[in-house]
Amino acid sequence: MAIEVRIPTILRSYTDGQKAVEGTGETLASLIADVDGRHAGLRDRLVEDGELRRFVNIYLNDEDVRFLGGLETPVADGDTVTILPAVAGGSWAASDRIARVAH
Amino acid sequence: MTTGVGSVAAMVVLTQATYDAIVAHARRDHPDEACGIVAGPAGSDRAVRFVAMANAERSPTFYRFDSAEQLRVWREMDNRDEVPVVIYHSHTATEAYPSRTDIAYAAEPEAHYVLVSTADPERESFRSFRIVDGQVSEEEVRVIASAELTAR
Ligand SMILES: [Zn+2]
Repeated sequence: MAIEVRIPTILRSYTDGQKAVEGTGETLASLIADVDGRHAGLRDRLVEDGELRRFVNIYLNDEDVRFLGGLETPVADGDTVTILPAVAGGSWAASDRIARVAH
Repeated sequence: MTTGVGSVAAMVVLTQATYDAIVAHARRDHPDEACGIVAGPAGSDRAVRFVAMANAERSPTFYRFDSAEQLRVWREMDNRDEVPVVIYHSHTATEAYPSRTDIAYAAEPEAHYVLVSTADPERESFRSFRIVDGQVSEEEVRVIASAELTAR
């Protein structure tokens, strides 16, 4: 048995199009390192300077790992880890543009 | 799933009911930004199931889907073999055009990014875009009767 890692569309270029891959590890960080060994580049899309990237959501089963232990969250065989890109944005830069046009 | 964007007609097709629901959500949450999706069968490009999402930021200048709600909705789509055909949000003081922030975080190359501006209290502006690899292209918004979409 292993840990299933569900991959979002935007990151499937790292997994040959696979929607889910398997890995092992004691913590989320070691699981990501293990998976990155077979799907090089994936780790960089999830982790930056030793921290979870701000606009990536990672869930252990049903919980956002930010509310667990982040990258140090313990994981075990049979768990499912789901990666989803955050859906986010804003209008700040647009208002910046309008302000410039108005002047 | 990451290919084929170029072959899709530069148009988003919405029913009048879905169009009205997006505008109503944007008006209701004004002056905060409103956000949500319209799901549809994978590969169909048909926006059929409207889902209003909570803006976890509750902000007039920023939006972010609540992470727990997003997981629930994304799982539901997975189970139904659906994708987010439309991802919408509102700008409440500025034009309905993707900001640099919107472009930087756009992670669904297959989605139609719909923007509604509620800056004018009388008349909304409603536009749609593709955002692929940081490139924005505007597309036509076509509003049809509900029966027509089912028949497509
Ligand atoms: Zn925006």
